[in-house]
Amino acid sequence: MIAESLFFSSILFVIGVIGVLTRRNAIIVFMCVELMLNAVNLSFVAFSKMHGAAGQTFVVFVMTVAAAEAAVGLAIIIAVFRHRQTVNLDRLDLLKG
Amino acid sequence: MPLFYTFHFYLFGIIAVASAIAFVTRKSPVAAALWLVNTMFALAALYVMLDAHFVGVIQVLVYAGAIMVVFLFVVMLLNLGQASDLADMRSRRGRLVAGALGVALAAQLLTMLRARVPALPPESRVPVNAVAPVAENLFTDNLLAFEITSILLLVAIVGAVVLAKPGGAREDASVVAGGVAGGVRRGREAGA
Repeated sequence: MIAESLFFSSILFVIGVIGVLTRRNAIIVFMCVELMLNAVNLSFVAFSKMHGAAGQTFVVFVMTVAAAEAAVGLAIIIAVFRHRQTVNLDRLDLLKG
Repeated sequence: MPLFYTFHFYLFGIIAVASAIAFVTRKSPVAAALWLVNTMFALAALYVMLDAHFVGVIQVLVYAGAIMVVFLFVVMLLNLGQASDLADMRSRRGRLVAGALGVALAAQLLTMLRARVPALPPESRVPVNAVAPVAENLFTDNLLAFEITSILLLVAIVGAVVLAKPGGAREDASVVAGGVAGGVRRGREAGA
């Protein structure tokens, strides 16, 4: 079942990448990043079936970082929305020359 | 592998992929978030089928339960529930380019999967009681990283509060510290 898990994992990762590239809503882009993290977690779990429990430990750490990232990122989105009244990534172009 | 197991493994995998596709294509952020929750539940089922019971439970509790609730909360806090004038999807050209890049990446990943995965040696199968090995690994080899994780979460909490406070990011630290002290003082007064 490891090969099948890796197949599903890569498909989910690619869907996340396509979502990041196609959407403009910052919140949905964030959710796509979460989907990519989940895809990587699936491959970690699949390999932990082969190499012992260290992979599952890593999944726990990835989830912790994902939770912290979601909290801080959404707080940043709220702060940006207060200033610009939008979360459209094309209108957040302050760094464009 | 028994047929029952294989069938359900593919079933949950296909549910996860289909929900992910629905998630990427929905216009409404709320609908997208709920499809993503569906993906995470299917992934939790896959984790359990891969003998990672603890990770499956954590997936449901933390990802589907906590993180997605935070996302939905922010969507509703900013009143972005219906994306009408947001022009969320990129133009047809942008979508084509993104699709081509995605197909290229998928081709690369699937080519990498053609490499032979070594057969599973029978003794390395995780026993059915699959929580104990994770705990042993987490609390012996990775104990320091586990403790640092708690500091990471604390920093994230403080950062999120400071950033999300009205005008919070620009105020200096003394104001924040004053706010904390004021909260303590108010708490003492309420207690007295």
